[in-house]
Amino acid sequence: MFHLSRKDQVKLAIFALVVVTMPIWLAPLGAAYPGLMQKFAIYAIFAIGFNILFGLTGYLSFGHAAFLGVGSYTAVWSFKLLSMDILPALLFAVLVAGLFALVIGFFSLRRTGIYFSILTLAFAQMCYSLAYSVLTPITNGETGLLLARDDPRVIDAALGAGTVGGAGLPSPALLGNSVTGYFGFYICAALLILTFYISQKIFASPFGLALRGIKSNQTRMIYTGFNIRPYMLAAFVISGMFAGLAGGLLAVTDPIAGAERMRWTESGNIVLMTILGGVGTLIGPVIGAWVIKYFENIFSAINKNMLNATFDFLPDGMQNIAVTVLSKFVGEGWHLTLGLLFVLIVVFLPGGLVEGYLKLVARLRRGRGTKPEAGGK
Amino acid sequence: MSKLIMNRRGLLRTMGAGAAATLASPMFFTRGAWANNYCNDPTASGKIVFGFNVPQTGTYAEEGLEQLKGYQLAVKHINGEGDGGLLKTFKPLALEGNGVLGRKVEFVTGDTQTNTDAARDGARRMIERDGAIMVTGCVTTGEAVAQQALCHELGVIYMSGLTHGNDTTGKDKRRYGFRHFFNAHQSGVAIAPILGQEYGNDRRAYHLTADYNWGWTQEESIKAATEALGWETVATVRTPLGLGDYSQYLTPVLNSGADVLILNHYGHDMVNSLPQAVQFGLRERQANGKQFEIIVPMFSELMAVGAGDAVKGIIGTQNWNWQLEDEGSKAFTQSYGAEYGEPPSQSAHTGYVQAILYADAVQRAGSFYPPEVIKALEEFEFDGMGNGPTLYRGDDHQCIKEVLVVRGNENPTSRFDVLNVVGKTPRDEVTYDPAIFGGELGPYEPNQC
Amino acid sequence: MNTILAQLLNGLDKGAAYALIALGLTLVFGTLGVVNFAHGALFMLGCFCAVAFRYLLTIETVSVDPTQLSPWGQPVQVRTPLVQDWLGDFGALMVDYSVPFSILLTVPVMLVIGIAMERGLIRHFYKRTHAEQILVTFGLAIVLGELVKSVFGPNPWPQPIPSDLRGAADIGIWLGMEPRSLTYPMWRVIYLLFSLAVIGGVFAFLRFTTFGMVVRAGMADREAVGLLGINIDRRFTVVFGLAAVVAGVAGAMYTPLLAPNYHIGMDFLVLSFVVVVVGGMGSLPGAVLAGFLLGILQSFASMTQIKTFLPGIDQVIVYLVAVVVLLVRPRGLLGRRGVMEG
Repeated sequence: MFHLSRKDQVKLAIFALVVVTMPIWLAPLGAAYPGLMQKFAIYAIFAIGFNILFGLTGYLSFGHAAFLGVGSYTAVWSFKLLSMDILPALLFAVLVAGLFALVIGFFSLRRTGIYFSILTLAFAQMCYSLAYSVLTPITNGETGLLLARDDPRVIDAALGAGTVGGAGLPSPALLGNSVTGYFGFYICAALLILTFYISQKIFASPFGLALRGIKSNQTRMIYTGFNIRPYMLAAFVISGMFAGLAGGLLAVTDPIAGAERMRWTESGNIVLMTILGGVGTLIGPVIGAWVIKYFENIFSAINKNMLNATFDFLPDGMQNIAVTVLSKFVGEGWHLTLGLLFVLIVVFLPGGLVEGYLKLVARLRRGRGTKPEAGGK
Repeated sequence: MSKLIMNRRGLLRTMGAGAAATLASPMFFTRGAWANNYCNDPTASGKIVFGFNVPQTGTYAEEGLEQLKGYQLAVKHINGEGDGGLLKTFKPLALEGNGVLGRKVEFVTGDTQTNTDAARDGARRMIERDGAIMVTGCVTTGEAVAQQALCHELGVIYMSGLTHGNDTTGKDKRRYGFRHFFNAHQSGVAIAPILGQEYGNDRRAYHLTADYNWGWTQEESIKAATEALGWETVATVRTPLGLGDYSQYLTPVLNSGADVLILNHYGHDMVNSLPQAVQFGLRERQANGKQFEIIVPMFSELMAVGAGDAVKGIIGTQNWNWQLEDEGSKAFTQSYGAEYGEPPSQSAHTGYVQAILYADAVQRAGSFYPPEVIKALEEFEFDGMGNGPTLYRGDDHQCIKEVLVVRGNENPTSRFDVLNVVGKTPRDEVTYDPAIFGGELGPYEPNQC
Repeated sequence: MNTILAQLLNGLDKGAAYALIALGLTLVFGTLGVVNFAHGALFMLGCFCAVAFRYLLTIETVSVDPTQLSPWGQPVQVRTPLVQDWLGDFGALMVDYSVPFSILLTVPVMLVIGIAMERGLIRHFYKRTHAEQILVTFGLAIVLGELVKSVFGPNPWPQPIPSDLRGAADIGIWLGMEPRSLTYPMWRVIYLLFSLAVIGGVFAFLRFTTFGMVVRAGMADREAVGLLGINIDRRFTVVFGLAAVVAGVAGAMYTPLLAPNYHIGMDFLVLSFVVVVVGGMGSLPGAVLAGFLLGILQSFASMTQIKTFLPGIDQVIVYLVAVVVLLVRPRGLLGRRGVMEG
């Protein structure tokens, strides 16, 4: 049951090491603060889940942000109504997102290809529009669902348990320990490693093989008397539950749930993350998620002052030129850098970062003539 | 940032009761007594960092970038560079033009993408990585509420930028959040007398309202104010946010029997809906024997530029306008013009003023310790910032000051004078009971970030 | 009754706009099979062709008068427009009619952009996965948007309607009704007619010319056409260029209705995809039909009478229609079997 192949064990160990040591290796990159590292872990979970659907079956969902949003709303409502403990919040986030995925998947999976994509997009956009407007009593619309001091929190009240967070708002806690800061990151990291492990298991399981069979030739699978619907639906629901977990974690580490989380741009983001890293590879989507989140948070924060300080060693004229040119690509211009990155990666590293890297390594090796047929897919 | 956070938090928790008791005795708060016990204490790090978090990409990038310019100018003036700007007119002034408490201010910037999640990510980076002691900036109420809630949880003061919804200092107000900008309720109260003067007391109004929190509060406030004038509300119709084409909502207006159309739209909603309404011939129309009129309760210069010719003659409200004649407005316009070669927008102004007000409050409190700074800002009465005598009300952290009523210029000479000031509604009239919006500020004691 | 007629008119107007905006995407996406996320960017570039055209027409000589100071303390600038100086009344007319005239600029510019895009980038992606097409075209869309932002700034650029065409046309009289009982903005009527003309033109081009025939054959079976010794690649380049031109003129003429900024393309991207897919992949008539269907239903769903029964229906109607159509008809309204289903 818990067995992994030798290769997968090594991968899991390396992956776990990389994730846990984030505070160390991210420090020189300027990204080693809890807020961003939590986001790294959470969006990696989201991407891994998305990849179980897209990577294995080839079904491109353009509405996965809906499950992220549903997960967040559920978690915040759990904080408000039940308890500030994160366990029920995450549990309900996963379950409710799974339920949504079941319904949306049931309908969307009646179609394939682009028709499937547009169906998922349509469902997600409906969720977003309604959450922003008429469902405001449930979602608090534009300003987002926030905690309040006078929330009922029936379980906490019944147990007489005090909440963590001093005299202000209560903060989410794991068995009485507040989950902010680094502790919050390590919770997300632990769940990320668990998710990665589950994803490895799925990729290697007969279930995963069946999904790949659907991807490579659906018609043949059907002709061999294979009923693909339950498999597809299971993959869709699992993937939705991962998104729900990610959404729940967003609310756990930062208790607010906004409708914008469900917008098509967010769905598009996760698609881009997955493709950027490499569809269908285990680690690719994670790297894609990290790259995009890094740009969004770090590149966008660089301003002219910082550039001036960095290029202080250059003579004045050179410094001015360097700062003027580079300032187009950072700060308000970070989108430009991201767009260029997308284009360059697709052109020069087909298959995304991971696959492209493997091909590149293979070609280099071939060039040296040491290992003629190594690497590749 | 140290990794001892959890220990410090634990420490604070055990001190919970004690902290409450000590709060009661202000004598305890001598300078530095609480050193190291709050988030990003500049006396410990040796750096004073302000976080400027505004939209730099997405729909509201221009308003955000203008605001950022205002902030950067404020930092210059606080540090004693440039011509001093509003520090020359601001009364009572505690700042000495040598930074805050004798130390120069630095700043970091971020892009909120007009998205609450990105706004909070940015604010967390500023607080957790860059050591910001204060975060400021926003262009929508969603961003403002999201950031102010986060900052309150982390124990860092948040000075909001351009946010007009009632919730920021109403339902969702926070002890650590402050707003200089006016709000929808004040818009309604301020615009009503001018509307009565211009269009009479016997009008039938049709509302088109952006279908989200801000739109609803705006509609409610304007409706109440115009009905008090004697106007009748024919219909209130909600339109989806960011729709683009409003034709299907505009055609029913034509034969509705209304003679005034009120557009409770902001930003791009308004930039699209107003010209389209004009294209439908509404303004050439006669209804009920009167000239048909359009009203946009909340204006900004950039919106007016975006709406083009359609804005001519339209009445609305503004927080501030560079064409004002008082000393403060003139000083700021001069100083901003010298720096950037164009006059400032209200977005730049509110950002500038918020940064100065925070710095000044720290100077007066003699400490960065948030509860003391908050107390210095609460019930602070000041003048010379371009809005006349202003009160930072303690009950809801809303600035109470006069509100401008403006009208689209019929003959603008440049993109900078698209709006003319036609009236000021005095501060007394736009003062309201903070209890009407509910909400609670929460405690003074800071959390640990 | 008038309300219903007016909403029907709205629906037709919207539908024509949707169909026109989506038309370019149908050509590239529905027929060449490229998932073109840069379609919105092409629309946006078209809008900015109109903006740039007007900008060029209204270039002024600026001289600084150091004796006068503006209120913000800088020397006053004295501006004299150039085009009126050179061309007199015709210049003034050009400025007034800048939006329709801008088509003259939009068509060649968009053609060049379209062809350059296809030759330089897209053609290498015909055989790549859809995922990679998405990434590359989305990246391209971002880059194009940012370039426009760096030139024109992020604020919208309103474009005026020619003065003779402003205000509302009295449609009621045309239909033999009471005067002023049914009025509709003149420019929207023009946009409706313009859309129909362009759509008709593209149809005719593909249906009645040899070129169009070859392209259609190529869409159906690219290899077979290649075996006949016809260079289908070149024709595909032209189709892409055509798609860019259609998207561009759709944008340029839309500017008086919606002040464009660099972000406008993203707003229309999703809508275009929905229209094309609801219409059915690979079907031009399908896309047009879907445009009208969505436009008309959206207009009626916005009526207060209907919103009272179904709160929020106007928020979701487009997507709701998409879901219903796709669940009832597997390949959209008029989709062909086997296109983009795998």
